[in-house]
Amino acid sequence: MSESPLLEVENLCTYFRLSKSHPFGRSRTVFAVDDVSFRVSRGTTFGIVGESGCGKSTTAMSILRLIKPTSGSVRFDGNDVLKLDPKPLRRLRSRMQLIFQDPYSSLNPRATAGNIVAAPLKTHNIGSRQQHHERVSELFSRVGLRPEQQTAFPHQFSGGQRQRISIARALATDPELIVCDEPVSALDVAIQAQVLNLLIRLQRELNLTYLFISHDMGVIQHMCDEVVVLYLGKIVEQADRNSLFSHPLHPYTWSLLSAVPSIYSDADSLKQRVKLKGDPPSPIDPPPGCRFAQRCPFADTSKHCYSKMPLLRIIKGQHKVACHRVSEEGVAPQDIHTI
Amino acid sequence: MNKEPILKIEDLCVDFKTRTGSVRVLHHINLSVKAGESIGIVGESGCGKSMTALATMQLIPTPPGLISEGSVLLKGDDLLKLNEIQMRDVRGNEISMIFQEPMTSLNPVFKIGMQISENIIRHQGKTKKEAQELSVAMMRAVKIPGAARLIKRYPHELSGGMRQRVMIAMALSCQPSVLIADEPTTALDVTVQAQIFDLLRDVQQDMGTAIILITHDMGVIAENTQRVVVMYAGHKFEEGPVDEIIHHPKHPYTRGLIRCTPHLKKNMEHEREELSEIPGIVPDLSRLDGLCPFRPRCSEKRRQCDEQMPQEIQTGDGHFVCCWAAGEDQ
Repeated sequence: MSESPLLEVENLCTYFRLSKSHPFGRSRTVFAVDDVSFRVSRGTTFGIVGESGCGKSTTAMSILRLIKPTSGSVRFDGNDVLKLDPKPLRRLRSRMQLIFQDPYSSLNPRATAGNIVAAPLKTHNIGSRQQHHERVSELFSRVGLRPEQQTAFPHQFSGGQRQRISIARALATDPELIVCDEPVSALDVAIQAQVLNLLIRLQRELNLTYLFISHDMGVIQHMCDEVVVLYLGKIVEQADRNSLFSHPLHPYTWSLLSAVPSIYSDADSLKQRVKLKGDPPSPIDPPPGCRFAQRCPFADTSKHCYSKMPLLRIIKGQHKVACHRVSEEGVAPQDIHTI
Repeated sequence: MNKEPILKIEDLCVDFKTRTGSVRVLHHINLSVKAGESIGIVGESGCGKSMTALATMQLIPTPPGLISEGSVLLKGDDLLKLNEIQMRDVRGNEISMIFQEPMTSLNPVFKIGMQISENIIRHQGKTKKEAQELSVAMMRAVKIPGAARLIKRYPHELSGGMRQRVMIAMALSCQPSVLIADEPTTALDVTVQAQIFDLLRDVQQDMGTAIILITHDMGVIAENTQRVVVMYAGHKFEEGPVDEIIHHPKHPYTRGLIRCTPHLKKNMEHEREELSEIPGIVPDLSRLDGLCPFRPRCSEKRRQCDEQMPQEIQTGDGHFVCCWAAGEDQ
């Protein structure tokens, strides 16, 4: 594709300084997002996956400049989001919208569904009142709600319907990019499918670009064209959907995939399951070296796993991995060693 | 294994009084579990999974709730005939429960060691010191590193996975014959989830505990149980061996539930297929009409569905289903 990407993130870092525990204490820093770079092409779905606390949401918030990143650059359709003045930033924001995880807390309980969906139009001064009304009705039917439900309040809707209201609100300003932050994890299993199908249909109809955040590998596999795996604020692996799921290179991705309980697993695959020990460590002042080293079954002192931070390097095509143990030919440690 | 079931729930009905009248939340539930067996209860939220567990433990707030019919037999004794004082000797001792949120189910103002020993002191009449030692042993059994140090910690000092381990240690401290795990890993990361299920499996092998696992995740069910019960709107729709239910489900709802989640595949097709949906939402329990509650969302609805509630029929070895469509296939 010769077309320029819609979103380019380069060396994005978001650190949080913690207050000192006492006046002479060491200052501590949370490395929430650490040197993250990727590009998202138009009309595709880009997935960010990882365990809780790995920096998925902080990455998204930093891109939208809802959290101020420490350094790096974010280019949205050629504009540097992080350097824009407030006014142009506001104009740009109408082209990127957000859907949150919890449809119960992300809708104002005192506003009607119609007003909630019209809010972005008012904020960005798009159209007249009459036009707002027409647009809201159109959006309601697009996301599968009845236009006469506009006068109802959020508590009168079910979880799935509320998420449809969130989606309608995100679509109101006709955005190009929608950041979906765990859009289905608060929903019931049977409702998840309805919302995921709606998102896919809307993408096809409106040529939307999604930045899709989830911890659920099944959902990511279903939705995304390209995926990055985050671990403690670092990208450990990045690849298109097929190569990532058919041949994960990083030991973390591999163990994450094998830990997902599946209806397809049998006694053999259960026996082969990799078991990671411990919890993900704290992102406060992580040790030097690979951040996964303490939990990695293949970590090796002679390969600098504990002393040198592995760089993200290209292995095959667009498949990138940050691991000392993956060879240049794309042989991952889990391919040759058994544990 | 043709042992007598250790816990047998028969014909259990639970009603809740509301301002607009009485609402039935459990409709004649039958369920049994043998020693050393794991059964799963699966369904959408509000289908009565947790209510079944709470009714078994008699933890339903009464009023407004009321167990109106049925019996819960533990080793042959009807728990519903026990009074509150007698019931206290059963809870935590014979039947234990692990809840979804390990943060809210531990008391934040007491030390971990104290919370585990409380159970041992209450049920086994041990002294405080003996109980502390047993607690440490129990925490070692659930693979908590540095157990001796951790008993002096408070819940907020532990990670989610560790807290859930403490809950498990607490639940197992009196070697219960039945363990009810109500969505034990929903709040945890997948890698930690795998650790917790390994642990439960090991413990079950050592102690022969019967486990009732409540979840909405079919993958979890497939890997960790031998038998599954599918519930919907307070009704039991299908019950059978786990392989039968996952690969040959008979009830349209079970089929929908399995097909509507994107399951992680190793070798996938290039094109992504559309997920099949179950249209609509769970019905309002106060508006059920005595017919099949899944009828409005069902793709295989037929004439009988509007006339009569189907009876439970047996379609295979230990496989029961409650649906007119399944009956016709026979």
